[in-house]
Formats: sequence, C-alpha cells, structure tokens
Amino acid sequence: MIQFEDVAYSYGYGGRELLAGVSLSLPAGSFQFLTGPSGAGKTTFLKLCYGELTASAGRISLFGQDPREMSRDDIANIRRRIGVVHQDCQFLDHLPLIENVALPLTAAGRDVAAEAENLDELLSWVGLSAQRASLPPQLSGGERQRAALARAVIMSPDTILADEPTGNIDWDMSLRLLQLLVELNRMGKTILIATHDLNLIRAAKAQVAARVLRISNRQVQVGSDL
Amino acid sequence: MSALRNLMSLLSGDAQADRAVPPTGHTARLTVFTSAAMAFLAVFALALSLAAGRLAERWGEELARTSTVRISAPAGQVAAQTEAVLRVLRTTPGIAEARALTEDEQRALLSPWFGPDLPLDTLPVPQLVEIVEDGRGYDSDGLRLRLSAEAPGAVLDDHTRWREPLVRAADRLRLLGTVSILLIGAAMASMITLAANAALAANSQVINVLRLVGARDAYIARAFVRRFTLRALTGAAAGTVAGMAAVALLPRAAETGDFLTGLGFQGAHWLWPVLIPPLAALVALLATRLAALRMLRTFT
Ligand SMILES: Nc1ncnc2c1ncn2[C@@H]1O[C@H](COP(=O)(O)OP(=O)(O)O)[C@@H](O)[C@H]1O
Ligand SMILES: [Mg+2]
Repeated sequence: MIQFEDVAYSYGYGGRELLAGVSLSLPAGSFQFLTGPSGAGKTTFLKLCYGELTASAGRISLFGQDPREMSRDDIANIRRRIGVVHQDCQFLDHLPLIENVALPLTAAGRDVAAEAENLDELLSWVGLSAQRASLPPQLSGGERQRAALARAVIMSPDTILADEPTGNIDWDMSLRLLQLLVELNRMGKTILIATHDLNLIRAAKAQVAARVLRISNRQVQVGSDL
Repeated sequence: MSALRNLMSLLSGDAQADRAVPPTGHTARLTVFTSAAMAFLAVFALALSLAAGRLAERWGEELARTSTVRISAPAGQVAAQTEAVLRVLRTTPGIAEARALTEDEQRALLSPWFGPDLPLDTLPVPQLVEIVEDGRGYDSDGLRLRLSAEAPGAVLDDHTRWREPLVRAADRLRLLGTVSILLIGAAMASMITLAANAALAANSQVINVLRLVGARDAYIARAFVRRFTLRALTGAAAGTVAGMAAVALLPRAAETGDFLTGLGFQGAHWLWPVLIPPLAALVALLATRLAALRMLRTFT
C-alpha cells in the first residue's frame, strides 16, 4: 500500500511547489486515475510513488517504509514490487523487445531461461509474440506501450503505475491497453493511471469502480466523478 | 578466500547482465593497452628492485667477511713485515684465515689495468694479505693499532669505506624500484578510473533504466567492474609476458664479474612478475568499483 501524509514537493532549490499538504492512500486492489492539466505534477506524483523522488515535506510510506529512510538496496527491492509504465517507456534500445521485457528479472539476478514460458505467455497476452526480436525503435507507439506494460508486470508486482500509457496511440489501441489494466486489477493488482484523457476514464468507469485523483492548485482531490 | 571466490564468480560473469550494458570498443582498447604498457614497465621496475636487492645483499654480506691488509715497505723489509702481519692476524680473534697473495695472484688482479706483462719485481707494488673472517667478525680498530706496532707499512682495508656507499646506493635503487612499482600501480588505478568514469557516463541512460527496474547498485557496478577487470587482466598478462621476454633477452653481465649481476631475474625471482597481472586486475577491480559506486549514488 502507498500512503501520503501531508506531503509537499518542489524541485530543487527554490523550485515552484508542485504539491502541498497531500494526504491520501492507494488501497490495495483499487483502480484509480490521476488527472490534471499538463504540468500539474502527475509524473512527479508517480515518481514519489516508486521512490525516484522523495517528499520535500510530510511522509510517504511505500509498503510501510519511508523511502528517505531506506537504503538504496531497499529502494531497488521496492521497485520490484511496483511495476511502472514510464511516460517515455525507458527501454534499452540496443536490446530486443523480449530482453527489455525480461530486464527486471535480469536485474533481480533471476535466471531468465527458467522463466521463458512466463515470458512467452506475457508477450502473447500483450499481443507482441511476433515482435519479440524487434528493437524498441522499430516498434510502433502502441507496441511500445504494451511492451512497457509487459515489463511492468513481469515481476508480478502488487501495484502498477502507468504514466500516460495512451499518450500517443490511437483510440482502439488505448482501449486495448485499458483492457489489459482492467484485467490486472481483476487479478487483485492496485492500479494507478496518470492521464489527461477523460474519454479513457469514462471507458474505464464502465468496467471498474475507478477513483479519480485530480491535481489542482497543488492539492490532490479524491473523487469518483470527472 | 571468499574474496577469491567473489573474484572468480565476477570473472565467470553473467551473460544477461553483460548484455544490458553495451560494449564500449574505444575505452576497452585503451584500457587493455594501458594495462599492457603499465605491466611492461612494472616488470622492469621489479627486475631493477630485485637486482638492486641482490647487489645490496652481496656487497653487504660477502664483502663484510673479507678484508685486505696492504703492506708498502722498502723492498728489503716487505718479507719481514708480511711475516709480522701474518703473525698478528693469526692471533686475532674473529679471523678465520689470513693468507699472503702470491705473485701470480697479484699479477692477475692488476692485469686488467696494466696488462699481463707487468714486471712485478721491478715495481713497488704493495704486498696484499687476504683476510677471511669467521662469523663473529674482528675488532678493526684494535687490529689497526697492533698492526701499526708490528709492521709500520701495513694498512688494514676492511672495505667498509667503499662498501657502505655502494650498499646505500643499492638500497636506494631498490627503494626506487619499489616506489616505481607503486607509482605504476597508482597511475594505472587513475587511468582505469578515468576510463571507467567515461564508460559510466556514456551509459548513464542504461544505468538509469536498470535502477528503475529494480537493479541494485552492486549488480550494475559488477557489469562495469567485470569488464575493466578482464581488460586489465588480459592487457597486464600480455605486457608482463613481453616484459619478461625483454628481460630474458637482456645481454648477460657475467663478464663484468661478481659485483654486476645484471638486471635479469634469477631462479625463483622469475615467479615475482607472474603476480603482476592478478595485481593489475585487483587494481582495476577496486578502481572501477569505487568509480561505479560513486557515480551510481547520483542516480535515485
Ligand atoms: N526534473 C525537474 N526539475 C525541475 N522541474 C521539473 C522537473 N521535472 C518536471 N518539472 C516541472 O514540474 C512540473 C510538473 O511536471 P510533471 O510532473 O511532469 O507534470 P505532468 O506529468 O502533470 O505533465 C512542470 O512544470 C515541469 O516543468
Ligand atoms: Mg507527465
């Protein structure tokens, strides 16, 4: 579970304060959207959720631990429990898709060959079996987003954070990606999707009880309507 | 022992992890070359150090056990004074053996300077008496006093006067060799640090992604450490072999006699340079590890 208590955040010295007095929690198994205008701090909020950034004030607890008090190894361990679809995917362009998807396994020192079956299953679940040997720059936007989602779930994390996963892909592909995230939620995963796409939120609400977190005026308002 | 096991597992490697960090051909070649050059130099510094050690030992020990009495007297008195000197020496505690050199031996000693046809009998060449000490050594000041009483033309030359500066010089040479080896090691550590920093900077995107997907620092560092350690090991091995070959091919110094033993390795000393490649690998390992862990702290 991820919890914010009176959290403030600003970049660097004298940077504009993006978040102030934010208190909320992402209950296990919940499905939520994080929305707000571009530049409101959605990406920043997600980075706080997996320890890439730490709160300037207040306290964030990731599975009961404050990242500011965690060792670098513990942060690495936490990231194995939180799957992230980054806004720019963050692939290694010199590795084929399958190795990019398997990267969290490799980084955890696990034997990838022993997980070949899981990997194949995962690739066919996101519909990328045919592209397994392609390099990331050769993939379309939708393929990259689905590959990023596959990488985010390879470690069977409890929580999945997705930053604008439908950012630059067409509507059909967006729905397909949403479908995958809904399936994951039905398997019990906590889902948090940052998006400014209200249609996506509407489409999701037809299938799951989604909460909407809206960043406005440095606060995060929790509600269920748009 | 566990350090050795770590080293072995490091070198045996993790193919998957290795692929994550793309190879950097240029830094790789430079590292191999630097290590080879440094190992080559280290072989010579080591040879110098060991040879200087041998010299110091010889001059220190062997010469300390021999000394000479020189008798310069008018022709008629030489024989009598030699007799007197030998008598004194035989009764001096700490002297195992005292022997007057024959004419032939004296001629052999002088021939390198004056040629073989030296007419010894017509020249006022001093008579030499060779002394071999026993383990205890003798009191040279006391002996001088007794000699001056018995044979006024006798001068004791116990070699200390010219031996000590030689031993000091040899010791200094050995120290310089050791300092050179340390400097070579430090220079290699610096260059590997620079190369590792370059490789780390060139791969900052890769490092960032690896951190984001949950890689620990030690895991990421290992990918770099392994490469640089292997490169240093191969380079240093090649450089050491070349250096040892060069030392082996040095001209023999036998004709210059006992004192100059030449720069080469002797006997078991040939095993010393074998340590250079593993030491170079260790230096590379530590330098890269330090550089990597320092650099990794700038990533969240
Ligand atoms: N590393 C950074 N340093 C300083 N300012 C930043 C940094 N990253 C983002 N910002 C600023 O913080 C604000 C919020 O950024 P972001 O969280 O990416 O917003 P969003 O994802 O909602 O578009 C923006 O004004 C952006 O310029
Ligand atoms: Mg953003």
